[in-house]
Amino acid sequence: MKERLEELKQEALGKIESSQSLKELNDVRVAYLGKKGPITEVLRGMGKLAPEERPVIGALANEVRAAIQEQIEAKQKILEEKVIAEKLQKESIDITLPGRPIVQGNHHPLTKIIEEAENLFIGLGYTIAEGPEVETDYYNFEALNLPKDHPARDMQDSFYISEELLLRTHTSPMQARTMEKHEGKGPVKIIVPGKVYRRDDDDATHSHQFMQIEGLVVDEGIRMSDLKGTLALFAKKMFGEERDIRYRPSFFPFTEPSVEIDISCKICHGDGCSVCKGTGWIEILGGGMVHPNVLRMSGFDPENYTGFAFGIGVERIAMLRYGIDDIRHFYTNDVRFLKQFSPVESN
Amino acid sequence: MYVSYKWLQDYVDLTGISPEELAEKITRTGIEVEDVEKKGEKLKKIVVGHVLTCEDHPNSDHLHLCQVDIGEEEPVQIVCGAPNVAAGQKVIVAKAGARIAGNVKIKKGKIRGEVSHGMICSLQELGFDGKVVPKEYADGIFVLPEDAEVGADALSLLNLDDAVLELSITANRADCMSMLGVAYETAAIFGKEVKLPEATVSETNEQARDYISVRVESEDSPIYTAKVIKNVKIGPSPLWLQNKLMAAGIRPHNNVVDITNYVLLEYGQPLHAFDYDRFGSKEVLVRKAYEGEKMVTLDGTERTLRQEDLVITNGKEPVALAGVMGGLDSEVKDDTTTILLESAYFNGTSIRRTSRYHGLRSEASSRFERGIDPTRVRQASERAAALIAELAGGEVLEGTVAHEELRVEPVTVQVDRTKINRFLGTDLSIKEVEDMIQKLQFEYTLDNETFVVHIPSRRWDISIPEDMYEEIARIYGYDKIPTTLPVGAQTLGHLTPYQQKRRVVREVLEGAGLLQATTYSLTSKEKFGQFALQPAEPVQLSMPMSEEHAILRDTLIPHLLDSISYNRARKNSDVGLYEIGKVFYGKGAHVQPEEVEHLAVALTGLYVNHPWQGEKVPVDFYTVKGILEALFERLQLAGIRYEKAEIDGMHPGQTAKIYVNDEVVGFLGKVHPTREKEYDVKNVFVFELDLEKLINMKSPFLSYTTIPKFPGITRDIALVVDQTQTAGELKDIIVSAGGKLLKEVNVFDVYVGDKVPENKKSVAFTLKYSDPERTLTDDEVNQVHENVVAALQSAGAELRM
Repeated sequence: MKERLEELKQEALGKIESSQSLKELNDVRVAYLGKKGPITEVLRGMGKLAPEERPVIGALANEVRAAIQEQIEAKQKILEEKVIAEKLQKESIDITLPGRPIVQGNHHPLTKIIEEAENLFIGLGYTIAEGPEVETDYYNFEALNLPKDHPARDMQDSFYISEELLLRTHTSPMQARTMEKHEGKGPVKIIVPGKVYRRDDDDATHSHQFMQIEGLVVDEGIRMSDLKGTLALFAKKMFGEERDIRYRPSFFPFTEPSVEIDISCKICHGDGCSVCKGTGWIEILGGGMVHPNVLRMSGFDPENYTGFAFGIGVERIAMLRYGIDDIRHFYTNDVRFLKQFSPVESN
Repeated sequence: MYVSYKWLQDYVDLTGISPEELAEKITRTGIEVEDVEKKGEKLKKIVVGHVLTCEDHPNSDHLHLCQVDIGEEEPVQIVCGAPNVAAGQKVIVAKAGARIAGNVKIKKGKIRGEVSHGMICSLQELGFDGKVVPKEYADGIFVLPEDAEVGADALSLLNLDDAVLELSITANRADCMSMLGVAYETAAIFGKEVKLPEATVSETNEQARDYISVRVESEDSPIYTAKVIKNVKIGPSPLWLQNKLMAAGIRPHNNVVDITNYVLLEYGQPLHAFDYDRFGSKEVLVRKAYEGEKMVTLDGTERTLRQEDLVITNGKEPVALAGVMGGLDSEVKDDTTTILLESAYFNGTSIRRTSRYHGLRSEASSRFERGIDPTRVRQASERAAALIAELAGGEVLEGTVAHEELRVEPVTVQVDRTKINRFLGTDLSIKEVEDMIQKLQFEYTLDNETFVVHIPSRRWDISIPEDMYEEIARIYGYDKIPTTLPVGAQTLGHLTPYQQKRRVVREVLEGAGLLQATTYSLTSKEKFGQFALQPAEPVQLSMPMSEEHAILRDTLIPHLLDSISYNRARKNSDVGLYEIGKVFYGKGAHVQPEEVEHLAVALTGLYVNHPWQGEKVPVDFYTVKGILEALFERLQLAGIRYEKAEIDGMHPGQTAKIYVNDEVVGFLGKVHPTREKEYDVKNVFVFELDLEKLINMKSPFLSYTTIPKFPGITRDIALVVDQTQTAGELKDIIVSAGGKLLKEVNVFDVYVGDKVPENKKSVAFTLKYSDPERTLTDDEVNQVHENVVAALQSAGAELRM
């Protein structure tokens, strides 16, 4: 019987070794370890053995059984790994194929600039005011120290609806509207982004509709140096720390003194090129100290309050920052144009 | 304003200051210099020549063969095509090897078989604009004065070694529309003195008042002066004078006219010279024109005048459009001998209106418009008279006949050091402030820290302390003012809830793949009212520039369709755009219209396009509706209902109005094929919403709902119903019969075809039942579910097995 068991063991181990698949291996298991298998049969035949032989054969049978079991498990592991490896092999893909496109939209470049400005000024304690695009003559001109016969309010330059109403030519009317709301008490700190309209024929550099960001600060003790500091912050934020800034006296009826701000040309770094018309400088915005007449008309006492205001042409900023050569791109909405402004920028 | 660097040196010493430095300093101090032009910089080998002989070219009917002395050993032969070339002339010669304007090189060569050693030049060939070249030389070569030295450098003779600064003068600095104004500005910047021109006239014994009288009948001419100069000899001006005018962009005419222009440039005071003998009377009458009155101006155009036009008349008819342009009849001509010289102060507004109305801008009108220094009216007249006497041989009659009503009030402005510093953010000392006021050449008195500044009449733009602050700031240098940020009361910077939610709206739409578009607010009559939910009163421009942009829009969709069409024409076929912008509802011509912020989207083409995996999902109604649903969810809106609707320009079968709590907020759907054709687009799906209504609805703080601990039970149900029955109606029945246990109902299949009867469709729902407190039993769910089925059946639905 001993021999029989040993023989069975060798036979089984041989079959395990030669098994090529999990099914084959399972067949071996069923064949040798199953209820009808030869080892069970040996155990069942034990009754015929002498009592002293029984434990010896029993132990041997269990040993053989365990050895076969162990071998099957080891083989099973190998075969399973093989199956997985084959499966993985089959599942291998071309990872250079493009991914599933996630359709993402993005801000219009003008909105991008405006939001960036809004975030900057909110950080400086400003709120965002918005106002009507159809304005009264009073708020668009008169309250801004542009009396009836001022050349800048000529019929040729504005879209009038009636004697009293016109499409606002700048976002400045919100200066007066906001100051009136404050009833002579500071501080006032707002920016006003919005659409404005002028009688210009649309071409590469002119648009009858464009966007501005107005800024206004009125408080006790506001200085011209505050205007400079604020505008420098904005210019550097928009165009980068490395750009130089030049301040030039200018003229606007609603500010005194007035200033225009140039940044050094990105293309030629100040040497002069066609973009900066040979000057090395590019004008980006205008502003000034709020004219006492404007303060007075809107209920602020210029003896106690001073303020500054500025106006930024959003298209101009975007064109300079991105190198856009035609202002009409902002209004035709070619998707190949719009999509370019999706990526985040920081400097 | 063009400022000759050389000419400016007549009034200010510019030693050691280059034109470029001058330009940069002037720009930084207040007047933008747009360009510094050096015409002669690139020109070379251009000399004075003497035409010795001039014969016809043997092989040409218009060319000439000239022997020209150019100061070299032998005269040279030059072929010249100019019609006005003649023997004996002093001319400008570009020698062989010369370079003329436009970087053109002149070489020795043969022209039609004859050798030419260079070129006789016109002024245009040296870079002058044809508009400033004297008329007699406009189509030919320029003839130099007889005393020009042969062989000398022609460039310096013509002042081409000069630099001309182009100044862009803002409305407040009209004082710099004169050489003297620029001289004062330059002197202030560099701390120099101004040398004023001399004007000493020796007058004859004859009295001007015996020749002319002046009467003014309008307030728009508060000063009018007249001088009379006899025995003038009209001829060309000396070259130095012509050079100066040409550099300033003015064409030389004759000595008298040139002198009036010269003095205009020098003092900023417009002058006009009439031919006294052609004036038509011995009286100047300044008055408003009669309505419909006619006159011919110097440019040969007949003008029909209006009552508001100010005119100079001879008592009978107009002889000049005051401050704008003289009349043709009294023009100074070659045979003129007696001059009536006008120097006046006209009201700027009146001049501006006349100039605009007649489309006539002149050097004179552009100065009157912006204002002139009234004290220079007489000075300029004296100066011009002296020059006419000197250069045209005239005899100036004694006296000036004048009407003077304008009283020039002295202006003083009080500023003090502390206030200056507080305003500018500087720390200037008394000495520094004093120094800057001195540089400006303003008189002042100083008391402790307070300056009382007497503003000269040449600076009529200064009247309040802030004006002086600007003067001080710019002379000090804007760049030297510190950069600070406002200090003072803290303010909280923030977005309003509306602005915050609008940013979320953009986020949702962009997350859904839409690009933000911007279109024009002005639209055409045709597009107005398209896609409108209700008729609106148009807001129309009184003077539109084009029919395309004549009226403010009442909906956003038309221009988005234009954008889709623009893209389609450029083969961008998959387009998804959104726009947030105002629409306008008129309220009559005297009241501001209602402005409402709207949101619209337009999509066309494929929404999903993943070609190599074969996924192409075109945009449809449900794409747009899905975007809307996502938006509403983000805005926390409930009570939303869609109702099929017919709207102008929309597909009647695929359009719905959107209600939030029974209030219409907008619509969605497919654009009508006929409308699509008009816009040249195809299969466009849109929605437009009243964004203000949506955003102003409440979106309160969220509160957390417990995640269910107990598993629910799911039941599917398939129904066969009439095709007209909507899924929404079925869902309503299910929800109301489902009671508290029914937590979710979703459509998972819709089928129309062979397996259901004609005019029927199958709609299948998944129902989810659950109770947060416990696990439901089958029996409980069965009971409720049977109620649901019964309710559906009694509404005419059949269960599909």
